[in-house]
Amino acid sequence: MAEKEVWITGVGLLSSLGEGLDAHWEALGAKRVNADEKRLAPYVIHPIAPVSFDAQIPKKGDQRQMETWQRIGTYAAGLALDSAGVKGNQEILSRMDMIIAAGGGERDLNVDLAIMNADAQGKLPPAVLNEKLMNELRPTLFLAQLSNLLAGNIAIVHGVCGTSRTFMGEEASSIDAARIAVARIGAGQSDIALVGAAHNGDRGDLLMLYSFGDFALKDQYASVWARRNNPGFAIGSAGAFLVMESREHAEARGAKPYAKLTKVVADLAKRKQPGAVTKSLQTLWPQLGVSNDNAMLITGATGAEPATAEEREFLGQHPGLAVRATGTTFGHTMEAQFPLGLALAALSISRGALYPANDPTGLEVEKTGAPTQIVVLGVGHWQGEGMALVEAVK
Amino acid sequence: MTAPRDKFGRPIVVVTGMGIVTSLGGGKTDNWKRLSAGESGIKTVTRFPLDSLKTTMAGAVDFVTVDPFSSTSLSQRLAEIATEEALEQSGIGTKGDFPGPLFLAVAPIETEWPQRLEVAREVPTKDFGIIDYLATCSGGKFTHFHRRFTFGSVALSLAETFGTKGSPISLSTACASGATAIQLGVEAIRRGETDATLCIATDGSVNPEALVRFSLLSALSTQNDPPQGASKPFSKNRDGFVMAEGAGALVLESYDAAMARGARILGVVAGCGELTDSFHRTRSAPDGKPAIGCVRKTLADAGMEPEQIDHINAHGTSTPENDKMEYLATAAVFGEHTKNIPVSSNKSMVGHTISAAGAVEAIFSLLTLEHQRIPPTINYEVPDPAIPFDVVGNKARDAKVTAVMSNSFGFGGQNASLILTREPA
Repeated sequence: MAEKEVWITGVGLLSSLGEGLDAHWEALGAKRVNADEKRLAPYVIHPIAPVSFDAQIPKKGDQRQMETWQRIGTYAAGLALDSAGVKGNQEILSRMDMIIAAGGGERDLNVDLAIMNADAQGKLPPAVLNEKLMNELRPTLFLAQLSNLLAGNIAIVHGVCGTSRTFMGEEASSIDAARIAVARIGAGQSDIALVGAAHNGDRGDLLMLYSFGDFALKDQYASVWARRNNPGFAIGSAGAFLVMESREHAEARGAKPYAKLTKVVADLAKRKQPGAVTKSLQTLWPQLGVSNDNAMLITGATGAEPATAEEREFLGQHPGLAVRATGTTFGHTMEAQFPLGLALAALSISRGALYPANDPTGLEVEKTGAPTQIVVLGVGHWQGEGMALVEAVK
Repeated sequence: MTAPRDKFGRPIVVVTGMGIVTSLGGGKTDNWKRLSAGESGIKTVTRFPLDSLKTTMAGAVDFVTVDPFSSTSLSQRLAEIATEEALEQSGIGTKGDFPGPLFLAVAPIETEWPQRLEVAREVPTKDFGIIDYLATCSGGKFTHFHRRFTFGSVALSLAETFGTKGSPISLSTACASGATAIQLGVEAIRRGETDATLCIATDGSVNPEALVRFSLLSALSTQNDPPQGASKPFSKNRDGFVMAEGAGALVLESYDAAMARGARILGVVAGCGELTDSFHRTRSAPDGKPAIGCVRKTLADAGMEPEQIDHINAHGTSTPENDKMEYLATAAVFGEHTKNIPVSSNKSMVGHTISAAGAVEAIFSLLTLEHQRIPPTINYEVPDPAIPFDVVGNKARDAKVTAVMSNSFGFGGQNASLILTREPA
């Protein structure tokens, strides 16, 4: 049986640039970047743009039960449902499938630091850890931390209630979320799905993990392609959600597509061998079916090494590609990296243009003309690689 | 002859290998022996000090050790042990070369307290803040903590060890995670993407903070003495669940592929279903509608009628709310047939293995089919009159079992059910 065509019919974006598609299109056109070198200095971050969450999360009680990453995600999910014209449509929402890519939520840094300081000063016998945790942790904080509770909140606030699956595993989780959603819709296992992720970069607790591996960008912001002498990723903030559905389903309800999501492929390179990422991308590329080597490509390149250098090696083999790096503009949004790329590809196709390059090194080149094919590329800072082909609907 | 398909024309998905670790022991043989004898694996926790804790028992797996200890490393080790057993039984592929993808149910990962404190002791400043702390994190001394505590780390390691193909998927649907891992495997085989999948679910989360967090949500039993009496599903005096550790691994294959290589078929995953509850973050809708819908979707997916289910392996957490809601949902779907269905909860003996539970209980369901014997729900001394299930109380029961429904209902509105049968319908 032939696979069904998968359309992107809804796009929701909230990021360090602002909210909504118009604001993003305008900011990308103006090459605006909202990076902050001071707030968590020496670490460079991209904090979320000021937003009133009430517009998508009307109940204050719901907002109180969430931490920022969940608010960002629930908000962006609402924008995507609005954009697809299914917000409040009980019949569709009650059978809509949901695949979320998520990490963990905010910790209570004050409680953690108090415990760590007490221990460092020899004032924390092992037994006292329990007491501190029992007395000082907010009971509901657990729910703001659990990976699957972003999906839980989207179900509660927006009523997306068909199925709910949360994938974990940094960047790769969002590539797989898109891959599984497309496979299920293509095979007729699902008609319509909400796919996305959220990330809040304004978090000292989150920087811990990436500091262990010395991945975080310090001191000075630079474009992703200009970080050779000071590699690393600037943690970004974004909620990026897509409504994907079969062409039949979209047409039956009169929904207009932003673009077609033709293919998503993923791999797990054995990175202990140098060059493994380049090789993995070379293997994935022909699986996409890109018909024109002068196509456009939106990458989530992080700026962390050696992954970015190996990706650059691959890109160098396709000199005709017009490349855009989301990392330069948005920072590295981790689990949201891939859906952000998909969202910008769909947006560009729907606006009939690729947004301008923003790169002093010249790797990114200007490209005129309406895009028909945009490749979205995701390479994890430590593991996982993937690509998608987003096309204009014929 | 054309390849056998189910009644919807999809490839039939069979189980050819199973491996299990719980607080009752390692391996199917020991687990089944102790489970069917009604033994409990719940003990007073010895892994860390219990001062100030309201709940002091758990189904910890103490006979498996990892050094240095972390819940993440223990989860990984439990998964390895279960997977080795499943692969050996299945005989599929060759060592380190599994011919299909990996779906892994695993608890969310974060840097744990022993490691946090190890770094804290190295911070040179007194009364440090997060920036001072981060400076000590970096510089290469603690690189191994990044490798250990990325969310993808357990799947990466398992994929390398067992040679699964493609991008491994780590997932969390709370207490339904194990069932979701199986469901993803079933769907991949039905799509014809692969002939085989490795579905693993693991949880090694008995650590102070996890115990505290569930305790603060008032989800845990506090009847600490005796520990093996704490988990009392369907009893009037039940007061919460008991945290536990364990892992289950299943090799799923298309019926064709399994037959072609002469594999022994252990059972069939006839149907899977899930439906989200949007009522509340930790509580189920009082009318049970989402759970009812989940059970109905699962029957529909299997193409079966309620009357064809002859045993329910219940979610049966022993929390006041879950067990009542599970009865209401079951009664709504099965009607008059409800009283004919023997129901049991493995959690009475192994505790709630959380992320692993869906897979652990699927394996127990398949062993129930194999032995035609239903393991008991122990500690069933004071039946709750509001839950008039035919509970297999305290003693195992021999019964003709052809189709088992295994339920998983979790935090965040996660409901998932599976139907397992002995032979293709």
